[in-house]
Amino acid sequence: MFAAEGGGGVKFPGIKEMVEWPAFLFKDNELLAFNKVALISFIAMAIPVVWFLVAGSKAKKSLVPAGPQNLAETSIEFIEKQVIGQAIGPDGMRYLPLLLSMFLFILFGNLFGIIPTSHFGANARMANPVVLALLTWLVFIGVGVKHNGPRYFKDALFPPGVPKALYLLVTPIEFISTFLVRPFSLSVRLFANSLAGHILLITFSVLSATLFAKSLLVAVMPFSFFMLVAFTGFELLVAFLQAYIFSLLTAVYIGGALHPAH
Amino acid sequence: MSTLSHIANTVAQQAGEALTADEQKSIAGASGAGMAYGLGAIGPGIGIGYLVGQAVQAMARQPESAGQVQTTMFLGIAFTEALALIGFVVFILLKFV
Repeated sequence: MFAAEGGGGVKFPGIKEMVEWPAFLFKDNELLAFNKVALISFIAMAIPVVWFLVAGSKAKKSLVPAGPQNLAETSIEFIEKQVIGQAIGPDGMRYLPLLLSMFLFILFGNLFGIIPTSHFGANARMANPVVLALLTWLVFIGVGVKHNGPRYFKDALFPPGVPKALYLLVTPIEFISTFLVRPFSLSVRLFANSLAGHILLITFSVLSATLFAKSLLVAVMPFSFFMLVAFTGFELLVAFLQAYIFSLLTAVYIGGALHPAH
Repeated sequence: MSTLSHIANTVAQQAGEALTADEQKSIAGASGAGMAYGLGAIGPGIGIGYLVGQAVQAMARQPESAGQVQTTMFLGIAFTEALALIGFVVFILLKFV
């Protein structure tokens, strides 16, 4: 409002400017076109791989963990205690590699949203969350079918202990909530959180830049800049929390498919 | 929702210039988007506040069960927050698409 009185006004970028990046490799090929988001996804995939290879190669030489190995063991322990221990139980340890790689991929993809010069989370485009959510969907249905056979679908759609007439009501609700809403809400949660953080940071950056350009309003600029710094710290928390919640929900769904009784 | 677009319409008519269909659509979209997110944030706000408050109470009464309560709290927050986030997506769809 104040900036508008100065004559220029605040120019917020449109949604296309905020989230669309031009391809810089294979520009003519629609399938292979490679842009910044794809590059960030590849880096987010490569960092954990290299990190765990380094940590694993040192593990054979020294018994006392140090450096990258220490960090790797901490992350494994975190997934083991906070995700699998809480949501599946001891028989869920075989899903540790899936949950850990999912957690680290989402975490590093999100962290690029606050790293300067990158400033765009890999999960702020719908493609990554959708693929991860579909993976979760396939895994928990597969686990259910593998451990309970076709009975998994019977238990999921016709929960035991419900009066027969109520199945008219319960079965459609269970079908929608288990097989349709789960992947949808998983992907939308991750996507919307990343995009909201991205837009929030853009808003305060644009505000700071605009105020900085107006000679009189420079005095107000520190407030806007402080908000920018504070929200960057907040996004660090959100990046971690979303990765945690995504892997925790995956573990909960797998645990539900493993033990359909409860 | 349509009040803002109605006001904008009357102002434009008094100024002697009719709004084009695209302008009307963007005005209605922007005001609708604000309403959608504002209303969509009320419920989850109350819900998360109540949820975390109860979780803190449970943790204070039984500190030994804090770990389990915390995990369940995060799960509950994830489910409750989804509604607010769908509101945010609706905001984006109304405003920009």
